[in-house]
This record gives sequence, structure tokens and C-alpha cells, in this order.
Amino acid sequence: MGLEFHTSRLADAVAWGRKYSLFQYPFVTACCGMEFMSTMAPKYDLARFGAEFPRFSPRQADLLIIVGTIVEKQAPVLRRIWEQMTEPKWVIAFGVCASTGGFYQNYTSVPGADQIIPVDVYIPGCPPRPEQVLDALVLLQERIQDHKGFSQVRLKAEHDKIISANKLVRR
Amino acid sequence: MSKTALEKLVARFGPVVTAQHAQHGNETASIQPASWVEVATYCRDTLGFDMASDLTVVDYLGQEPRFEVVLHLYAVATKQRLRLKTRPPGSDGDDETPVIASLFGVWPAVNWMEREAYDLYGVKFEGHPDLRRILMYEEFVGHPLRKDYPKEKRQPLVRRPPAET
Ligand code: SF4
Repeated sequence: MGLEFHTSRLADAVAWGRKYSLFQYPFVTACCGMEFMSTMAPKYDLARFGAEFPRFSPRQADLLIIVGTIVEKQAPVLRRIWEQMTEPKWVIAFGVCASTGGFYQNYTSVPGADQIIPVDVYIPGCPPRPEQVLDALVLLQERIQDHKGFSQVRLKAEHDKIISANKLVRR
Repeated sequence: MSKTALEKLVARFGPVVTAQHAQHGNETASIQPASWVEVATYCRDTLGFDMASDLTVVDYLGQEPRFEVVLHLYAVATKQRLRLKTRPPGSDGDDETPVIASLFGVWPAVNWMEREAYDLYGVKFEGHPDLRRILMYEEFVGHPLRKDYPKEKRQPLVRRPPAET
């Protein structure tokens, strides 16, 4: 008990706040964009889950949604956008093209965005239905609450490393 | 009935037209590569084909010459279409790139089409003002729409480091 208990409760509270205030950066490259728009529109309304505003600067976003096919020429751009985003950050691969390359098996398509950056949640479908997208967002929220997102795990590991390197002890 | 564009072309150039085909008003003429620009200029100035609507390449792997350049023309005033084909000499390998004269001087519109044909098939257009890749990135090696380009071959620019989580 004591401080240890309170800090872990605090981390949970922060995660709770984060999962309901995701600022998304839609990286829309192909036909899946249509379905993304319908998910954002009033009928399905992603805003109900707290992911209200698309941010068109990666520096203001913490959720990268990769919507559509990624080609090799574009891959460095995607990587750079992801690097620019603020930590902690999460990534959703929207549609089979972003998840695995889909039916494109050729010289130009990247076989899955996870070849470029770590992906937290994959949405299958060509394109996925809006319900699947909402389901994916809820899955991601659970992942955030459980501190299991890729960048959450990495931040925690880096934090622990600093603590042990400096022999800091929590009292 | 007046002569069709194809008949006029054959009457004017004779043996330069190595093959011809016409069906339902679709006219095709195969041209000797040495007369490519001359025939194109005639089509524009005398036959009235003022618009080059497409230029592409077909790869006949195993045949000699291997590549065939295909040009689609349209005459806006008479609503006629004409297809010109030619087989430039030179076959496989990047060093033996087939070479054909550029039509940029006849229709400036072929600029990007010739760049695309060069990028994806490796046909070199002599006299083109700016023959660079247009679709693939500069680091790309080879010409991906050639029939002998390996289907599974990838040339990534960036990959996630394996240690990264
Ligand atoms: S998954 Fe289907 S709908 Fe989505 S970008 Fe790929 S091809 Fe288009």
C-alpha cells in the first residue's frame, strides 16, 4: 500500500482519461477512406467514443489510423509521421490492405503497415464495416486501460531502466 | 466513300507500314521504327490526328524484337481513331534497352506517357527532354512491368527494425 498503491491508481486514472480522448490522425490513402468517412459521420459517429477530432498534424495526435494501401514509395512518409507523433501513441490498421497488403501481391505494395511501424489493432475487411471500426476502437480502449499499447510498454521499460540505472528507490 | 486514314497512310508510306488491321472502324497500322516520327508527323499534319490519347508498351517475352510501342491517336474534328504500333530493335536486359525516337516534338502530351513507358518497361525514348522515372522511386532497380521481373520481388525503402516493439 502507500505511495505504490496510489501511483498505480494514478496511472490507471491517466489511462482512463487517455482512452476517452484519443486525437486521431487519419492517414487515408485509398478506397477504405469512404468507409472511414461514414464511420466519422453522424450515423455511426466515432465521436461517441471520445475520438472526436481528426488532427491534421501528427504532432497533435496520439492515434494513427492507417486507412488504405501503403506503397513502398510512401512508406518512409508513414514512418516519419509516426515518429513525429507525441508519446504515448497508438496505431490502428484499417482494412486488409493496411493490415497485410490485402490482395495486392506485387512490386509496389507494402505487405502490411506493421512492416513499417508497430500496429496495435488490425481491422479486417475490404473495406471493413463501420461496426468493425467501432469494435476496434473499443478494443484499443481496453488495451490502453490495460497499459498494453506498444508505446506504453516501451515507455514503461524506458522508465524502469532509468530508475534502476540511477538506483532510485521508491519509499 | 472517301478513303480511311489507314488507306491514306498505306498509300503514302507503302512498305513502311508492315502490317495493318481494320475492324468496325478501329484501324491499326504497324510501322517500321525508323519512320516512327515521320509517320506521326504525317498523321498529325495531314490526317488531322491532333490528340495523342495514349502511349504504352507491350512485352512479347521470347520474341525478337521483344517490345512493341503502341500509340493511340484521336482526331477531335472528325472523331476518328487510329492506332500505331512499332517494334524497336533491342531486346532484354537493362543494357540493351530498346531505343525509339520520342514523339515529344509532335505531341507534347506524350511527355508523361513516355516517362511511364520508360519507368515500367525500360523503353528508352531518344530526344525526350526529361526521361526520368515517374511512378516508381529513384532507388528502384529494373522495370517492374517486364514479364521477367520476379513477381515476389520487393525493393523496400524502409522497414521497421526487428528490435522495435
Ligand atoms: S482494404 Fe479494400 S477497400 Fe480498403 S484500401 Fe484495400 S482495397 Fe480499398
